[in-house]
Amino acid sequence: MNRHVVAKVEDIQPGTRKIVTVKGREIGIFRVGDDFYGLINRCPHQGAPLCRGEIVSRLVAPSPGDYRLTRPGEMIRCPWHCWEFDIRTGQSLCDPNSVQARAFDVAVEPGRALVEGPFVAESVPVTVEETYVVVTL
Amino acid sequence: MNVTVLDRKPDRGAQSHLGFIDCDVHPYVKGPNDFDPFLSKRWLEHKQTIGGRTRQGLAKTSMYPRMSPGVGMRMDSWPKTGGHPGSDLPMMQEQLLDLFDVAYGLLAPLVGGAGGERNVEFGAAMATAVNEWQLAHWCDPDPRLLGAIQVNVEHTEAAIAEIEKRAGDRRFAQVNIPPRGLEPLGRRRYWPILEACAANGFPVSLHLGGTGGHASTGGGWPSFYHEEHPSYVQTMQTLVTSLVCEGVFERIPNLKIVLVEGGFAWLPALCWRLDKHWKRLRAEVPHLKRSPSEYVHDHIWVTTQPIEEPERPQDMLSILEWIGPDRVMFSTDYPHWDQDDPRYAFKIPLPDDWKRKIYRDNARALYNLD
Repeated sequence: MNRHVVAKVEDIQPGTRKIVTVKGREIGIFRVGDDFYGLINRCPHQGAPLCRGEIVSRLVAPSPGDYRLTRPGEMIRCPWHCWEFDIRTGQSLCDPNSVQARAFDVAVEPGRALVEGPFVAESVPVTVEETYVVVTL
Repeated sequence: MNVTVLDRKPDRGAQSHLGFIDCDVHPYVKGPNDFDPFLSKRWLEHKQTIGGRTRQGLAKTSMYPRMSPGVGMRMDSWPKTGGHPGSDLPMMQEQLLDLFDVAYGLLAPLVGGAGGERNVEFGAAMATAVNEWQLAHWCDPDPRLLGAIQVNVEHTEAAIAEIEKRAGDRRFAQVNIPPRGLEPLGRRRYWPILEACAANGFPVSLHLGGTGGHASTGGGWPSFYHEEHPSYVQTMQTLVTSLVCEGVFERIPNLKIVLVEGGFAWLPALCWRLDKHWKRLRAEVPHLKRSPSEYVHDHIWVTTQPIEEPERPQDMLSILEWIGPDRVMFSTDYPHWDQDDPRYAFKIPLPDDWKRKIYRDNARALYNLD
């Protein structure tokens, strides 16, 4: 397991995502508020590039006609068949107990801590002044 | 389990989709004027100044879901150069034809509005234009793509003329008739057109879509797209039942029908029901010499997408066995949102000989391809 620096924090604004490649795997790095999450860019259903889908809310209806829009910006909807996954966990909405998109540990680290290593910088140069998004894989 | 699902890679057996024949590929126009060069001045002026009259009551509503931005397209199929999914041949080659080494892709153009046009003279002109457009923009630049002859079945004379004009042109594989028409397709008024298809060696593909002017379910209009999607099955069931019960297959013994984008798991149960009632109601339909299921097996092919995903994946094998693995052909429906990927659509491994048939050999035989 290595820590991989994949972006500067400011490169991923709240509500957006960046798709990075770590050890040959495409991973979507999502920013929800000031929290960062990572999901594999591959839908467990038919292999679509999951992380390129729409970022949506979780819509629930306790009964017909009673709609509640919850958890804004915390779901990713597959660009092919619209299966939805929890950005925070990879858990699917359609079958949460058995269908899950693989999630990766993502952390925010100050450049000062990173320069002490060890880490893999991928293509992101690290300086002590900046803050970075780091994936452990 | 989760990681296993996610990280599964196609095994050697799963490579057998390569070189498959895709029985449902959707080309789209680059712009609203793509058909204009193929229209006579008379009809071009009509298109520009008057326009089409469809049978859709809810004007300007989309039949497609808006779940995905756009009009129900695979989100990664929007060309970077601009334009609509399915309008860019290089992208179609990259995402479909070259990626899977597709041997042939059967076009199903859902553009031009020829089939559902109420002004049947204009519909016939648009049908001809869409046929020429398929050749110029798709079949000639990439000979793997085979056209589907468009007709307006409410203009019998023009439809037959169009079919006869294309007879012997190997760039066209079949005749495309919208399954939602004014009347069930087995009615006598449509027999001359179906006879022309059979006489000229063209299977008839019935691709879901279009608007018949009737509500899309027998009980009225659906409220939700989720409700609309399974209504495709009802439409297909109506067609199969009509073609069988009217005696079309007795009248036209060499007619071949391909059901596209209606799924297929429902077909065995419909045949069981038709057979059951045929035993009881034969006196009403004495023109049926054989059981309905025999007509279905001899005359009807199904394409896979949108494939059923049974709760117990192994049940798919029973369904295929009931229909007959010699009557099922793989289709993607590229680039629509509900398209199927040939690597992952079947959730259970198929026997090797079934795979060969479903991915290649059945279509090769039906369309008489090399």
